[in-house]
Amino acid sequence: MFTLLDLVQPDNLAEAYQILSDKRNNTILGGCTFLKMGSKRIGTAIDLSNLKLSYIKEQAGFIEIGAMTSLREIETHKRLMECFNGVLPKSVHNIIGVQFRNSVTVGASVYSKYGFSDLITTMLALNTEVELYKSGRMPLIDFLNKPKEKDILVRLWIKVDNRKAAYLNLRNSASDFSVLNVAVSKLEDQWTVVVGARPRRAAIATSASAALSKGELSIEEIEDAAKRAAEELSFGTNMRGTANYRRALCQVLVKRGIMEVLQCK
Amino acid sequence: MQINVTINDKLVTWDVKKDEFLVDTLRSHGLLSVKKACDTSCCGLCTVWLEDKPVLSCSILSLRIHGKKITTIEGVPKEAEEFARVLTAEGAEQCGFCSPGFIMNVLAMKNELLNPSEEEIIHYLTGNLCRCTGYMGQLRAVKTYLGVL
Repeated sequence: MFTLLDLVQPDNLAEAYQILSDKRNNTILGGCTFLKMGSKRIGTAIDLSNLKLSYIKEQAGFIEIGAMTSLREIETHKRLMECFNGVLPKSVHNIIGVQFRNSVTVGASVYSKYGFSDLITTMLALNTEVELYKSGRMPLIDFLNKPKEKDILVRLWIKVDNRKAAYLNLRNSASDFSVLNVAVSKLEDQWTVVVGARPRRAAIATSASAALSKGELSIEEIEDAAKRAAEELSFGTNMRGTANYRRALCQVLVKRGIMEVLQCK
Repeated sequence: MQINVTINDKLVTWDVKKDEFLVDTLRSHGLLSVKKACDTSCCGLCTVWLEDKPVLSCSILSLRIHGKKITTIEGVPKEAEEFARVLTAEGAEQCGFCSPGFIMNVLAMKNELLNPSEEEIIHYLTGNLCRCTGYMGQLRAVKTYLGVL
């Protein structure tokens, strides 16, 4: 269990960032469900609840999601069910239980770059940007590849386009972490294949995505792209599955993902 | 530190530690229906309502509920008893340790979903573990209670 010496609820982001920067062990709080599993010694815990960052809205061609939005709000949001074949609600649908999803925040899931995250995998397959207080707005992929530094994730921006998308995963039991998760999307002829819970953080299978983006696809080409994805990404072993198992699973899920996207209307 | 919170429609002022979780605060004030079990946010036994939404009280820092409304099973005695009678009639209860959290989640589902399908019921209650009953009795009881047989 973590310990904390103080908890503050700042009224603005500047104040929150100032407190965060004051000491190395000052920490932003999300839903606390993962944080409480560790033994971190927190100096000042910063709760962003007063900053009105719990919202989902659509404006200027983007869906804007505040950092304090819960996974349950993502799951039940009507507009998100319509966009990208409902891939965002689908990706959080089986995370533990309703009570858990009512607490867990989008900001903490993305900022922490959790390897097991279902949400990051899906967002990476869409045109997603993150907005950080200090570093500003950048594509999600750049944020994931950036070394960790103290900042505050304020909101996420997802470009609303005609992208078709699919999300698949395999879990040992319904509410467990994914053994592997896959998101596939297609915007006109541009495909994006993302594989997460490898158990490392989600990554784009660039070679597989490029192979798919060449035009009309035969079943052999789809199988070849799925094989490429399994070959180009690295996989690891943990209590949920071995690297070899994940590699084999990747090929199957990517193929199914591509087929599902091709059938999307 | 002091927090003002509405517990079961009653405004109270409580002293809490900075790293105290809601489950401990509630239990220390006699609300013993809120059970402490897995402590890893996955069993659902500590379920209470925060602003009428079911949450895991083992994962909510007490300081974060300042000014908010919390409901435990003690706050909905009539509805809880009504459902508990159905649970008993269906033989869906053995040790009963998971019942308060389970009942709170069933009542939350009743408020949130209109005529849920069996699949929706199972999905909504996935976060409530029971080590005695094997779930079939519970499912029968929920369907009977909601009238969605």
